[in-house]
Order: sequence, then structure tokens, then C-alpha cells
Amino acid sequence: MNLTNLFDEIARVDPEVYDRVDARRGVINRFARVGSRLAAAAVPVALGGLFNKAYGQKLPTDVLEVLNFALTLEHLESRFYQTAVGTPGLLPAKDKINVIRDHEMKHVKFLQQAITSAGGTPVAEGKYDFTGKGTFPNVFSDYKQFLQVAQAFEDTGVGAYKGQASALKSSNAILTYALQVHSVEARHAAHIRFIRMVNGYAKVKPWIVGDDNTKGTPTERIYQRESDHRQVLINIEGIGGYNVGDAATSSFDEPLHKDEVLAIIKPFLA
Amino acid sequence: MSFLSPHTPLALAPPPAALLRRSFLKFTGLGFAGVALAAAGCRINKDEETDSVEVGKHDLAILNYAYALEQLEGAYYEKVVAGFYTGATEMEKDLLTDIRNDEIAHREWFRQVLVLKKVPKLEFDFSSINFTDRRSVLTTARTFEDLGVSAYNGAGQLLALSPFLNHAGKIVSVEARHAATIRNLLAFGSFADSDVVDANGLDVVRTPPQVMALADKYFVTKVKVDELPTH
Repeated sequence: MNLTNLFDEIARVDPEVYDRVDARRGVINRFARVGSRLAAAAVPVALGGLFNKAYGQKLPTDVLEVLNFALTLEHLESRFYQTAVGTPGLLPAKDKINVIRDHEMKHVKFLQQAITSAGGTPVAEGKYDFTGKGTFPNVFSDYKQFLQVAQAFEDTGVGAYKGQASALKSSNAILTYALQVHSVEARHAAHIRFIRMVNGYAKVKPWIVGDDNTKGTPTERIYQRESDHRQVLINIEGIGGYNVGDAATSSFDEPLHKDEVLAIIKPFLA
Repeated sequence: MSFLSPHTPLALAPPPAALLRRSFLKFTGLGFAGVALAAAGCRINKDEETDSVEVGKHDLAILNYAYALEQLEGAYYEKVVAGFYTGATEMEKDLLTDIRNDEIAHREWFRQVLVLKKVPKLEFDFSSINFTDRRSVLTTARTFEDLGVSAYNGAGQLLALSPFLNHAGKIVSVEARHAATIRNLLAFGSFADSDVVDANGLDVVRTPPQVMALADKYFVTKVKVDELPTH
């Protein structure tokens, strides 16, 4: 947990926050009325277009930046799973990795449309090295190693979306969209972890317990805050007189900041 | 209206911790007058005749709404773990115990954060569930977890203050991990089926009234969310 940030945020509470909330509510109301009558395919376009209408201009630059940051991650994940699904003999069909691939491709498409219709320019797909510069040399031939990288990407995605939530507070519709993606990424992460757990590939649970013994390993930065058992300085160990065991850390997932996420994915960029 | 006294747990915390916690408490109803949120009004009314509680308005109300849902989940898994269904495997017992512990942690955390401005301990009716039957227990767990995810996804935009949003975010992904796990126990591979993830790859969002309508039958003490912001 980043105590400094939290303290700053609390200390700097804006007295006009409710005025701004009400202004945002006008926007989301309009979206709710329009959105309920639209087919799913039209939603990202409406989402972007709505902001042109509401503000009479482009989306605030910082919100567009967040969307493009999200798109950067989704491109990476999407290409990763497309490559894996296209690799004969890598994936057991019963593990349904194709479901995850489909979701990531949809996230890419949705973000591209939303950014475009909001007047922004979607970032292009990058070039990737999914071995992480040789750290995972058999990522597309050894299923265990594939799952290790998949878990790293999913847990990073969960932390990344979480880390951007408060930056999206100026636009309810986009914040809600980000939360909807965020929980899907968490479902993916849990599934990948579940596969590793039941097959005995790694000593993991569907949730993150402490740093999952990643200290000194290539994925340690993803779990750098996960050993924290205090939330707003309330100790979860023995909370309320209950012995909650591993839940002292597993009950709260931790955010990753943008620069941290970019550092984590850097080895995977060609 | 400062309720802070040498008897609160605050006095036990080291100075920087106390300072931070006190700042957080200002926004959870225990602090001094004049703070925007307290002034914005949060009242917890208990109506003895109808056995219902109103959670009030604004961020504190949203947190109380979450607290009520965490009470539901916590009470449910406490009962599940107190006597596992017939044929529960060691892995299932282990996972369900972990989930129970997470839900207790969430519940107790909200209880401590909300200090005095909180809904009381709620009573639940689990008579529709056969706790000896695996399918009954796991399908109910699936309902609660998916509902919890949709509730937090819907509550995010209703929260005005970043620290609350951030912590709701820390909890919702854990609920999503639970949901995926329970789904995989019921039917392996159903972790993100199309009943919860739509054609755009997005998870479910529900408003507080939509959530409470679905959870209503489990609440003996009814939780009224009528005054929550709706958008």
C-alpha cells in the first residue's frame, strides 16, 4: 500500500468534489439513457461520442492517456494469447485459454473504438518478445512456462487497472468500463492460477498470498506490495479477533502504478 | 462532535499511523464537524418495526452497503466451513476456508473503518440452502461472488473520494478471483462464462437496488438503499 499517496489524497480533499460529482452525473445519466438502447457493438462508439457531446471537445487528455495505457497492455495480452492458441500442441483444450484470448481481443477492439470516437488516436500494437529477453525461452513450447508468463500478465493487468481507477474519476462511464475489464482480468488470473494449482505446476492459489515467494525471481516486481497486511493502517492479521491466516494479505489485491507496469512489461517488448 | 478519546484504538498506534488513520477517520464519520463528507450527511437509521436499516447517502452509505454485502458473504462462508458439504475434497475445504477468511477480513475491515457510522450486525436467512449438498452450497457461493463483483463494479462510480475507490478496487478483484474459483469448482472452465462476461469482454455491473433485489431473500434485517446515489 502506498501510504504517501493515500495521505496526500486525503489531505488534498477538494471541497468542490460534490459539485464535480453532480456534473459527472449529468453525463452518466445521458449515457445510461442512450446506452440501454444500444447493441453491445455500438457501446464503445457511444461511450467515446458521448464525451464529445458532454464537454464539447475531446476527452480530457489524462483520461485518453489512461485508455491508451490500457490498450498497450491489452495489445500485449491479446497477441500473447493469439500466438499461444495458434501454436499446435501447446494448450490442452479443456483449459479454455481461448476464452481468455477472445476477451483480450475484445478489450483491444473496444478500447480502439472508444479512443477513436472520443477524438483520440489509439496506440498501435507493438512488437513483442514473449521470452522476456530469454528469461522464459520455452514460453510457447512448455505449457508450464506459458502459464507462468500468463499469470504474470494477468496479475499485472489487475494491478494496472486498479492503479488507474482514481485517474478515471472525472468520467464515470470510463471508470465503470475500466472496473468491468479489471474484474475480468482478475477472473483470468484466478483461472491461470487454478490450472497451475490443480496440476501441481506451482505452489500458488487462485489469489495472491503474500508475494507468492517471488522474491528474487523475474516476476517479483508484480508482487512488490502484496505482503502488506495493513490496509489504511488497520492490521488484517488477527482483525476483530479472527485468525484469518493467509487472508491477512490475500484479502486485498494491490495496485501497480503506470511506471511500475511499464517496467514490468519492458522485457517483453522487442 | 469529536468522538476521539484516549480510549479509542488510535491511542495505541504510533504517531504517524495515528495521524494517517485520523485523517481517514475524518471521512468515515468519526472526525470533527465541518468535514465535507460528514456534513454531506450519513445517517444510519434502524427501524425496529420493519426490522430494516437505511444506509443513508454519499460515500459512507456506499461503504455501508459494501459492509452489508460483506456481512452476508462472511456469514455464509462461516456456515459453509463450520460443516462442509458431503464429499468435500481437501482442496475444496482449503479453498473455501481461504475464501471465508478473505470475507471475514473484508467484513471486519469495513467494521473498523466505519467506526461508529455503520449498519449494525445483520441477521441472515440461509434456509433456502442445503448445506450438506455440494451443488446447493457452490451455486449459492457463485451467486454471492458474481453479485459481489457486479456490486463493487457498480459502486465505483458512486464513490466521490479516491481512497475509498482505491480500496474498493483492492477488494473487488479478490471477489472476482473467488467467483472464478467457485465457478471452476462447479464446472471447470466456466470462470468467465458468457452469463457474466458480455460480448465486449466486460463483467457485470449492478446498481445498489438491483443488487439488493437479488440478495433480499437472504437478509432478515432488510437493508434499504433507496437514498444511495443512483448514478
